[in-house]
Amino acid sequence: MIKYREKVDVCVIGAGHAGCEAALACARLGLETVIFTISVDSIALMPCNPNIGGTSKGHLVRELDALGGEMGKVIDKTFIQSKMLNVSKGPAVHSLRAQADKAEYSRAMRKVLENQDHLTIKQAEVCEILWEYKSKNDESANDGAIDKGPVSNHLNKNTDEVKKHTVKCKKINGIKTFTGMVYECEAVILCTGTYLGARCLCGEAITQTGPNGLQAASYLTDSLRAMGIELRRFKTGTPARMDGRSIDYSKMEEQPGDENIVPFSFSTRPEEIQKEQVSCWLTYTNERTHEIIRDNLDRSPIYAGIIEGTGPRYCPSIEDKVVKFADKERHQVFLEPEGLHTNEMYVGGMSSSLPEDVQLAMYRTVPGLEHCRIVRNAYAIEYDCIDAGQLDATLEFKDIRGLFSAGQFNGSSGYEEAAGQGLVAGVNAARSVMGKEPLLIDRSEGYIGVLIDDLVTKNNREPYRMMTSRAEYRLLLRQDNADLRLRKKGYEAGLISPEEYDALLEKERLIEEEISRLKNTFVGAGREIQEFLEKHASSRLKTAASLAELMCRPELSYEILGEIDRERRALPPSVLEQVEIEIKYEGYIIRQKRQVEQYKKMERKRIPQNLDYDKVPSLRLEARQNLKLFRPASIGQASRISGVSPADISVLLVYLEHYN
Amino acid sequence: MRKTDTIAAIATGLTDSGIGIVRISGTDAIEVGNRIFKLPSGRRILSRAVSHMLYYGFAVDDGEDLVIDEVMAVVMASPRSFTGENTVEIQCHGGVYVMKKILDTALKCGARLAEPGEFTRRAFLNGRMDLSMAEAVMDVIQSQNKYALVSSVNQLRGALSDKIKSLRSKVLYEIAFIESALDDPEHFDLEDYPEELADKLTVLTDEIGGLIAASWNGRLIKEGIRTVIVGKPNAGKSSLLNCLVGEERAIVTEIAGTTRDVLQESVRLGEIILNVVDTAGIRSTEDTVERIGVEKARKYAGDADLILYVADASVSLDENDREIVSLIKDKNVIVLLNKSDLENRVTAESMEKLFQESGKPLQESGKPLIIKTSARDGEGMRELEESIKNIFFQGNIRSSHEMVITNMRHKEALEEAYQSLMLVKKSIGEGLPEDFYSIDLMNAYSCLGRIIGEEVDDDLVEEIFSKFCMGK
Repeated sequence: MIKYREKVDVCVIGAGHAGCEAALACARLGLETVIFTISVDSIALMPCNPNIGGTSKGHLVRELDALGGEMGKVIDKTFIQSKMLNVSKGPAVHSLRAQADKAEYSRAMRKVLENQDHLTIKQAEVCEILWEYKSKNDESANDGAIDKGPVSNHLNKNTDEVKKHTVKCKKINGIKTFTGMVYECEAVILCTGTYLGARCLCGEAITQTGPNGLQAASYLTDSLRAMGIELRRFKTGTPARMDGRSIDYSKMEEQPGDENIVPFSFSTRPEEIQKEQVSCWLTYTNERTHEIIRDNLDRSPIYAGIIEGTGPRYCPSIEDKVVKFADKERHQVFLEPEGLHTNEMYVGGMSSSLPEDVQLAMYRTVPGLEHCRIVRNAYAIEYDCIDAGQLDATLEFKDIRGLFSAGQFNGSSGYEEAAGQGLVAGVNAARSVMGKEPLLIDRSEGYIGVLIDDLVTKNNREPYRMMTSRAEYRLLLRQDNADLRLRKKGYEAGLISPEEYDALLEKERLIEEEISRLKNTFVGAGREIQEFLEKHASSRLKTAASLAELMCRPELSYEILGEIDRERRALPPSVLEQVEIEIKYEGYIIRQKRQVEQYKKMERKRIPQNLDYDKVPSLRLEARQNLKLFRPASIGQASRISGVSPADISVLLVYLEHYN
Repeated sequence: MRKTDTIAAIATGLTDSGIGIVRISGTDAIEVGNRIFKLPSGRRILSRAVSHMLYYGFAVDDGEDLVIDEVMAVVMASPRSFTGENTVEIQCHGGVYVMKKILDTALKCGARLAEPGEFTRRAFLNGRMDLSMAEAVMDVIQSQNKYALVSSVNQLRGALSDKIKSLRSKVLYEIAFIESALDDPEHFDLEDYPEELADKLTVLTDEIGGLIAASWNGRLIKEGIRTVIVGKPNAGKSSLLNCLVGEERAIVTEIAGTTRDVLQESVRLGEIILNVVDTAGIRSTEDTVERIGVEKARKYAGDADLILYVADASVSLDENDREIVSLIKDKNVIVLLNKSDLENRVTAESMEKLFQESGKPLQESGKPLIIKTSARDGEGMRELEESIKNIFFQGNIRSSHEMVITNMRHKEALEEAYQSLMLVKKSIGEGLPEDFYSIDLMNAYSCLGRIIGEEVDDDLVEEIFSKFCMGK
């Protein structure tokens, strides 16, 4: 019998948004990488909304780009409309969103993957993860190791085995596909999205398929369980796609793109992407829509109790909205094009798992959709995923060396959330194989840090969606300064080129110099200045003031001050944006930084990984259990674990100070 | 339960009283207790005593079997005791000698003298109380009079905690509303919200301001009124001090202050504690002819809550008095016309005139602030007490059920919360977008949380460490 094997460094399972970033990161760091997908035609598929970015998600894409990810570059190539959201609010909540040509997006990402050195694309269903127990000190590879694993039934641990766990840990050896091929590797990154044990529901019609009618992955779950990984079931949903020819846009409000298009990627030159855009359309549900939904709630798989998975509260189906906001007379509905070469329109805001006949009736109550024809029905999808509490902040499983995971498998939702985790898991898998320090991003450094910290410490009972409110230091975590925050980390990780890094250093220098110049350039209370101030409804000066001080006045800006600022030199808009924000909101930024300092103080208080929580007196039972389960790395992280109260943290602090 | 050494201390005050309690806590507490206590029959049974049952018998000197006192003893087995450890309490007659003798015996039998606050520290470490409760207990231990005790106990019971919780939930509501609107603008509308929020903030800052104002009283109650005695040489400052301190033998503490040469003496005047600053100065330099009164006024008047200006009624007012008045006129001043039993060259009227000329008339809201005293026979001391009460407590020391912040850390947290909410108001006034409010609202929220232990405050942990004398 032939036993032929491939030997690589990293196997990435799944080629969605997480998998693509993870695989690219590994390959770019020089590791031989294979990315497995059930269908090569579904690489970087967007099975739900046809856009990238949006409130807080735009931040994630920018950060990903700063770190050397691909999503921002690909959407810059394939967008068909672009909009900066929330411009009436503060700079912290400005968010970029671009409508994608879905097919083009997938194609463009696939091309990047195909042309990446050290990266192989393989269409196959991975059925088994191969692993063994390994002594923590024993670094030498054991050739026959693969034959020992997988060892069955590790869930029934007796005391002896638990003891064994403390000196030995599990270690990844490779994977096995449905067709029996074995790939030996050092690390595996699970990016299975919604494919694991997937089940789609459209009312009473249930199919055992993944998104978009694609084949589900039915075998891997058992292999993961056998390794001792605990799985659970989440649910998410998507609205119908309409035939654009059946929609009456005259009854809707047009939603055009921005006149001045801002790219996602810091490497994309804005002038290269100014182009013709397509519009989206806004309409509303009404009482009749809600009535139909309410009358048919018993036929919704969720309300009828057929769905066991937990759905996202923040990306609710139209059924959920009608129930939750019972007093709302209407809800927004956005019609968004799925691409330039298709008539299909996405019905944003009306995802549903109601039966087809109810869907048709409900959609047809919406102005403009009276005669709509549905191309693809709305459906809900249920899938296997994990509680990411089993992971470190590096996205590696705490007790399985070499096993990483990212994306919806970790209990998140959204393309951007997946991609952000994909890059972090990819970089960390690669660095662990290379024996290097991990890439860690904390809550004060990026939304990606908030995302991962929330996933690995909090008890998330539903798919996790990024939101601005989750980032406590958001004034510092703006989408406009993602490069200033994270590019250095990307450079150190090896994903940012020296040229890109030099460009960042130059930008930093220009910002610093200009701020310093404005703070040190004083204008007197002379006539010219007073007239200038009067003209702009600003109060007169009594004594001399710096240009920076004048800029702090709400009615004045850098641009307006140009009239009296003689020594000004031409600077790139991206530099001016930073100068303006840094000066105008200096007080807030300083206060936020103080909060960050407090946060960092707690993060710096490390908890030894071998701490025996049973020996810490007076921890409450729930806290003790959760701390034992999560094994937090720092006091700060411990304080964010569900079920751990400030009193427990005080006890821990005292214990660590007093007994160590 | 960890093994701990066994500590003992007199749990009641070290003054003669009806009943005194000697507490022994630690792994061997019952063993130690067993060697001290015996039944009237002579049997030693504490080592097999029923927990939480009171036994009548005698405390005996271990080696010599001499009866020290007739006592009641109780064993509280771990973890159902104050400290969570095995504990024995011996209730004896409250004479200092008896209590000390029993304690000595406990020490001879293997216990170690407890450090200040060590019972509380063990209670905390064994999970018998959370940090803010421990802190309140420390306050109880360290309070100097019954008013301080009442407010500390109230704090322990949660009157303060309830109040802060309610303030905090109001702040949280606004944070949540703003965040919801940012995340879900379709369903949460911020139209007109800033004005609405500004009104709500006014209510909140008023409430917090009230607590801060009361905390000032709280500090005076708990820590005493910082008092400076000024006056020309020989005006009778030291006699006054002796009158306050000496005869009553009411010295509470003598502690070194922040600078080495500043000494502070706590003296009790009826219900009030006065912390008289630089008494050493008064005593040592009284005889030397220097402008000590002026110097003192200059040096300490700034920090003082109260200035007692002693003037010799038999010596005419002069330039020195004028200078003293100009230095102290902005403070709470009580003028003591001393030696009023002798010739009266200075009258209340002439003194008032002096203040009038300085631009700050003494007489306010009709309360007498000039008191005739005679340090020799204690005349005027009652009036002095009344005047101080009038100034600081509106005549009454606040009633016991009221909640007062007496803890400096809490007050600072309140002040920070107050400032943060004011900053939100400022942001609203300047028309900044709503997302800017969150920074300062969050800060106010977390400051309030620190007071009630719902937010981790590592400063508190450090402070508790220092109060508990916890070495590494």
